[in-house]
Amino acid sequence: MRILLARIWQWPTGRLGLMCVALILLVALLAPVIAPYGPNAIDVKNRLQGPSFTHWLGTDHLGRDLLSRVMDGTRVAVLVSIAVIAIAATIGLLLGMIAALAPRRIERIVLVIFDIISAFPSTILALALIALFGTGVANLVLLVSLAFVPQFGRIARAQTLAIRNAPFIEAERVLGASHGRIVLSHVLPNILGPVFVLASMNIPVVITIEAGLSFLGIGVPPPLASWGSMLRDGYTYLNQSVWPTIGAAGALTLATLGSTLFGEALRDATDPKLQGVS
Amino acid sequence: MPGKPSPIMKTGLGGYILSRIATLGIVILGAMTTLFFLTQLVPGNLAQVLLGPRATPAQVEAFAERMGLDQPVYVRLWRFFFQVAQGDLGHDIVTGRPILDMVLEVLPNTVALAFAAIGLGLLIGVPLGIYAATYRGSRGDQLTAILSVSIIATPTFVVAIYLLLIFSIWLHWLPVIGAGEPGNLVDQLVHLILPATAIALGWIGYIARLMRASMLEVLDEPHIRTLRAYGVSSRRILWKYALKIAAIPTLAVVGLGIGDLLAGAIFVEIIFARPGIGSIIYQAINNRNYPVVQGGVLVVVLMFVISNLIVDLLYAWLDPRIRRSLAEAGPS
Repeated sequence: MRILLARIWQWPTGRLGLMCVALILLVALLAPVIAPYGPNAIDVKNRLQGPSFTHWLGTDHLGRDLLSRVMDGTRVAVLVSIAVIAIAATIGLLLGMIAALAPRRIERIVLVIFDIISAFPSTILALALIALFGTGVANLVLLVSLAFVPQFGRIARAQTLAIRNAPFIEAERVLGASHGRIVLSHVLPNILGPVFVLASMNIPVVITIEAGLSFLGIGVPPPLASWGSMLRDGYTYLNQSVWPTIGAAGALTLATLGSTLFGEALRDATDPKLQGVS
Repeated sequence: MPGKPSPIMKTGLGGYILSRIATLGIVILGAMTTLFFLTQLVPGNLAQVLLGPRATPAQVEAFAERMGLDQPVYVRLWRFFFQVAQGDLGHDIVTGRPILDMVLEVLPNTVALAFAAIGLGLLIGVPLGIYAATYRGSRGDQLTAILSVSIIATPTFVVAIYLLLIFSIWLHWLPVIGAGEPGNLVDQLVHLILPATAIALGWIGYIARLMRASMLEVLDEPHIRTLRAYGVSSRRILWKYALKIAAIPTLAVVGLGIGDLLAGAIFVEIIFARPGIGSIIYQAINNRNYPVVQGGVLVVVLMFVISNLIVDLLYAWLDPRIRRSLAEAGPS
C-alpha cells in the first residue's frame, strides 16, 4: 500500500490527484464540524449574496450558506459514489467469477446479461430506471450500481479465466481443497487488483452521474445538498447571481478531476509494464 | 488467449459482419425485453400510475383495457415486439400522439448536435494530439495535457451552463435557447454553436490525448524510422503515413464514447431548451409519461448499438492487419 502511494506520488498528476482526493475525503468526513452554518439554515433576507467574510462562497436563493452546502454536498457525492461502486463491484465480482468457473451455458447467460445492460449508455439507463422506480438515495444508489455491474463482471471473469488453471490453483485442487476455499482464498485475492483500479477509475463517472441526475431533479432529493441540485438551483437563478453555480461547479470539477488523475495514476502504478518509468 | 486466432480471423469479414449483426439482434431484443419488464415493474398499478391519483376506478379499468394492460404478460411482451417491429412505439398518454412521430420530428436536431460535436472534437482534437506528440515534452504538450484532462473531467452540463452564462447572458453573442427557426439554416447553425461546443470540449480533450498516445507509439515503429532514414520529410511522414495508423485506435475509442455523447446531448438539450430526444425523455420523466420514456430510451439504445456496430466494422475494415488476416481466411 505504502509502495503504491509512493509510486503515485512520483507523478505530478498523481500527486495532484492524491491531494484532491484527500481533500475531498477530509471535507466529507469533517463537514458537520468545519461547516460554518447548517446546510439547510435559511436566511431569506440575505439571499443570492456574493462572497463575503460571513459567507465565503455567497448564499443561494433561500439565503443558505453555499460553502456549508458545498461541504455537505461533498458528503453526498462521496457516500453515493463509494456505495455505488461497492455494490457494483461486489455483484460484478460474483457474476464474473461464476461466469468463469461455472459451466459454459451459465457463462453464456451471464455474458448476454452483461451485453444487454451495456447496450444502454450508463447515464441513460440510470435515468430510465430512476424515472420508473422513483427517486430517493437508496433507489439512486441501487439503480446506478446496476449500470456498472457489467464492467466489473467482465474484468473479474477475464482475470479468473487467466488464473483458473494456474499451477498453484491446480495444486490446491489436487490436494482436495473445496471450490469455496479455492475461490475465496486463491482466486479472489488474485483478481482484486484490477477490480480495485477499475473502481477508482469509475468513481468520477459515478460522481458525474449522481450530480447529473440531481441536476435533472431526479437524483438526491431535497433538502439534502448535492452539487447537482445546487447547480440546478443556481441555473434557475443564473440571471440574478452566478455564485450559486460557481461553488458547486468548482467542487464537482475538483472532485472529478482529482479522482480521474488519482485513478489514472493508480492504474499506471499497478501496471507492471510501466514500473520504473516516471 | 495468446496465439489463438481471433473470431474474425477464423470466419473472414462476411462471417464477422454476420456474427456481429446476430449479436446485435440478440442485444436489441434483450434491451427491448428489459425495457418492457422495467415498465411492468413500476411500483403500483400501472394504469393507476399512468392516469394519476385522481382517476376513478372505472377510468383505470377502461384505460387498462384500452392499453391492453389486462392481458397476460407474455401476450403484452409479444405485442410490444410486434408493434416495435412495425415501427409503432406506442402512444403518448397525454396527447395521444404516436411516439414515433414525436421522436422523428426532433431526431434531426439530436443527430445534428451529435455530429456537430463529434466533428468539432475531431477537427480540433486530432491536430492538437498530433502537435502534442510531435513536440513531446514541450510547453505546448504539457499545456495540452493539463487542458485536456481538465476539460475531460468537467461534466458536460457544467460546461454547458458556463457557455450559456458567458456567451448568451453576459456577452449576448449567441442565442440562449431553442434550435432555431425551422427552414432557416443560418439561424439553426447559430443555435447549434453553443450546445455543440459544450459537448465537443470534452471530446477535444479526449481525442487529443488518445491521438497523442497512439501517434507516439506509431512514430516509434520501425517502418516510420526507416522512412525517416530515407529522408522523407517529417511533415509527409506525419500526415501521410503515421496519421493513418494512429487514427485507428482513436476511432475505436470514439465509438465507445458514443453512449456518453448521447447522454451529454440530453443534458445539453435541457439546458439550452433545445428540442431533441433528450428533452422528450426528460419531459416524459417529469410527467410520468412512461410509454414515451420507454420509446425514447429504446430509440437512444438503437442509435447507440447501431453506431457501435458501424464503428466496429469500420475498425475491422481500416486496420490493415485485420484486413489481411481476413483475406487469408478467405470468403466464408
